[in-house]
Amino acid sequence: MSIFDILGPVMVGPSSSHTAGAVRMGQIVRRLLGGEVCFARILLSGSFALTGEGHGTRQAIIAGLMGMGPDDERIPMSFELARERGMEFSFGTVALRDKHPNSAVMTVRNAGGEQVEVGASSPGGGRIRVFELDGLATSFSGEAPTLIVRSDDKPGYVSRVTGVIAAQGINMSKLRVEREERGGRSLMVIECDQRIPYKVKVAITAIEGVRKVTRLNPGEESK
Amino acid sequence: MSTYSSIKELLDLTERMGEPLWKTVQLADCEEQDITPEASWETMANMLSVMRKTDAGYDRCQRSVSGLSGGDGGRMEDYVTSGKSISGPLLGEIVATALRMGECNACMKRIVAAPTAGACGVLPAVLLPCAKRLGAPDERVIEALYVAAGVGSVIATRASISGAECGCQAEIGSASAMAAAALVHLAGGTAREMANAAALALKGLMGLVCDPVGGLVEVPCVKRNVTGAVNALTSAEMALAGITSRVPPDEVIDAMREVGEKMDPTLRETGEGGLAGTATGKRYGG
Repeated sequence: MSIFDILGPVMVGPSSSHTAGAVRMGQIVRRLLGGEVCFARILLSGSFALTGEGHGTRQAIIAGLMGMGPDDERIPMSFELARERGMEFSFGTVALRDKHPNSAVMTVRNAGGEQVEVGASSPGGGRIRVFELDGLATSFSGEAPTLIVRSDDKPGYVSRVTGVIAAQGINMSKLRVEREERGGRSLMVIECDQRIPYKVKVAITAIEGVRKVTRLNPGEESK
Repeated sequence: MSTYSSIKELLDLTERMGEPLWKTVQLADCEEQDITPEASWETMANMLSVMRKTDAGYDRCQRSVSGLSGGDGGRMEDYVTSGKSISGPLLGEIVATALRMGECNACMKRIVAAPTAGACGVLPAVLLPCAKRLGAPDERVIEALYVAAGVGSVIATRASISGAECGCQAEIGSASAMAAAALVHLAGGTAREMANAAALALKGLMGLVCDPVGGLVEVPCVKRNVTGAVNALTSAEMALAGITSRVPPDEVIDAMREVGEKMDPTLRETGEGGLAGTATGKRYGG
């Protein structure tokens, strides 16, 4: 914990969980999709659904989807800005069981027609946790440098991916692999101690069966 | 140098290093986060500048989405300028600043969470008017923010700064303790007086529940920033007068945690009990 978690962060009010955390959710979904979001369907759960309006939760998620940070003064106007950019977005509610009360499921598409579906929670202090990606259970916050690799389940691919990371002298602190069924879709989440350079993403993308690679480096959320 | 997890350790570390308390807080954080003191100072200076900018940008005509907040900072300003204020301009300005900041937060303006968004008004409400009154330069105010951050870190480590975990005492109470210690630094007090001021402030608000109407950070949050700010001022005054807390600061923090854990869940940011559960509170909620 840094003293700037206590005296800070600078953020747009009114709530670190319902506003700042909601912006960060949008940001992480944008990164997981890649490219400009042109369609978004957002389902709010629990407290997000009940008190989201007064907390600006919806505007905050849309702001994050456009790449704004939690301290961006344009957050209250995000709906207008999104419409100007031609983003199509809508909201609904969903009852998620066994999830934190501050949660949402977000389905987004980019101009290329790619789609991702992300489930995430905002437990407090502006921190978030992704609990589901494209129907596969997972768990990551983006607070540490994180690599998210989506691929087909092929024998030996885990070692090929981790081999690329090791070759760069990057230390892994957490590794989690989920898959649908044998030979089906697989999701690998790797948290690292050092910043993940672009060339790691390029090298992993070249591995057979890998479909999409996202890297989350703290402090580079808006890129 | 090592880090600290209690007020006592922070005071001991400060004494061993022979530096002022704010410097101990700064250097310990720089070591842990692997940043330079210059970069740290720049970040902290930005916190002060955002506080000033938010305060200056207050718009008395603005209302929150729910319509529950806005305009009270302006009402208080008018009353203070009219010269009719019972307690005089300094206290009046502290109250007005706390309201302005709390309302800015409710109206989705940019604020500095200190330690939380809902309690963002306490520190600036005390520091900005008192810096003017004491003629303290910005450097000294930034130092005071380090003092506040040090106190807040200990509270976050030993207890909590979350209303959902320990009630409003952990948000406004912690902010008040941070502000009281910071104010002692601003007035040139000693490290021990800072620790006492923090303990006195936290004691004064112990047991305060988190009961936001409709689950929103508005009622009673905006006006509790006033409570926290005024309590910080009186706690700092007592500490500077040489009055001590009979229960040491760390034990006060531990007691706050215990009280928070015993608090009914309806009184911990669920928007169910206390003011949120009143007939009027329920009408606004839902």
